[in-house]
Amino acid sequence: MSKVRLLVGTKKGGFILTADGKRDQWKVEGPFFGGWEIYHMKGSPTDPKRIYASQNLGWFGQIIQRSDDGGKTWHPPGSNPADLKTPEGMPKGESNKFVYEGKVGTHLWYDGTQHPWEFKRVWHLEPSLHEPDTVYAGVEDAALFKSKDGGKTWQELSSLRTHGSSTKWQPGAGGMGLHTIVLNPKNPDQIYIAISAAGAFRTDDGGKTWKPINKGLKSQYLPDPNAEVGYCVHRIAIHPSRPETLYMQLHWNIMRSGNSGDMWEKISGNLPSDFGFPIDVHAHEPDTVFVIPIKSDSEHYPPDGKLRVYRSKTGGNEWEPMTKGLPQKDCYVNILRDAMSVDSLDPCGVYFGTTGGQVYGSADGGETWKIIADSLPKVLSVEAQVIP
Amino acid sequence: MIRVVLPYHLRTLSRVGDGEVLLEVPGTVTTRSILDALENQYPVLKGTIRDHVTFKRRDFLRFFVCNEDWSLESPDKALPEAIVNGKEPFMVVGAIAGG
Repeated sequence: MSKVRLLVGTKKGGFILTADGKRDQWKVEGPFFGGWEIYHMKGSPTDPKRIYASQNLGWFGQIIQRSDDGGKTWHPPGSNPADLKTPEGMPKGESNKFVYEGKVGTHLWYDGTQHPWEFKRVWHLEPSLHEPDTVYAGVEDAALFKSKDGGKTWQELSSLRTHGSSTKWQPGAGGMGLHTIVLNPKNPDQIYIAISAAGAFRTDDGGKTWKPINKGLKSQYLPDPNAEVGYCVHRIAIHPSRPETLYMQLHWNIMRSGNSGDMWEKISGNLPSDFGFPIDVHAHEPDTVFVIPIKSDSEHYPPDGKLRVYRSKTGGNEWEPMTKGLPQKDCYVNILRDAMSVDSLDPCGVYFGTTGGQVYGSADGGETWKIIADSLPKVLSVEAQVIP
Repeated sequence: MIRVVLPYHLRTLSRVGDGEVLLEVPGTVTTRSILDALENQYPVLKGTIRDHVTFKRRDFLRFFVCNEDWSLESPDKALPEAIVNGKEPFMVVGAIAGG
């Protein structure tokens, strides 16, 4: 029977949660890299034993870790795990070397001045859909890096950062992170990315050129309603069978595009609030979308203290609350943008982690929920994967 | 031998155990030459104490030498004899901050 694995990145380490296909009993392993912030962990779709992890701490900066055995052992790429007990086995110090290519340039700062790009951390790691040694990293300050040697060395796809609009990019409250990387499973040359608070971009040629895809987005504080960039996109999701249809949690507003981001329409419909962070699509129903409404950008907790996942089976506009098993009073947690994921079993599993350290799971497409872990550190990311 | 004290997370990362790191440092013993030798022996520490490219000290780390803060001294200034002869350790200290 297949197993499901949740890779949970938290403020104080990484955790691996596993269950069989029933998804009823969960085993919690960790913390890995205790005390470090694990922004994101993700397994290779082609080799689930290969896991990449972004390990960071303000004091010591960025580390990339990799496991080749499903999380039993870890090593910074470039080292031989068996040799790590000796100095000779240490990696050569390239796996955490994220250096912007060429002229660094400047972007818009909070006070309206220009500010030089400064690397701070890796927000998101996206392994290739085809090749386990190829992986993308979305970083703060916003840029996209690619490794073709399993995370040992990283090269920037610099034409994104040097796009003509980049002097107008500005950090959101959480920094100017490139936090979303969506790979088109039908077209390896097409990649969608999102940056707070620049917006969404698309490449159709494997990263050589990039195009802002923000038409139709609205941001109440932007002086120019038709601005090319300046949007606080929180998350983008697709269904693999229909990669031209994008769903977006914008700062405020849930949006959909039917043409690869060329134009967006609002699909917030009857949601109690259309502010939030994550958005995801059902594994087997391309029109079924999940969001978790948050009261407002000033409060960052669910409306009325009720934790509700909202599901639309119509590609948006019509939403129904999923509440069974979720706290319906006195709940004031947030769910961050990378902290929701679906598995590919049937029925589809849906999972999310909270800033209060709870991880919730549904084994029936969102109808009912169970708490999987209730006292982890603040959850930064959740990635579900079916493993053999 | 030069003695170096690392903060907990860098000891864990470099798998050196709980004790001090002992280094052979060729030439004049300075902050730069100690960090060069440290990174040469434990390459995983590259980028964690100072920037990969600019070699600028990370903001939340300080260097202490014989009970004095040497963080703002030139990295090429010769360190005291007590460091050179191993009587005192060169200390890499993380700022007491955060939660």
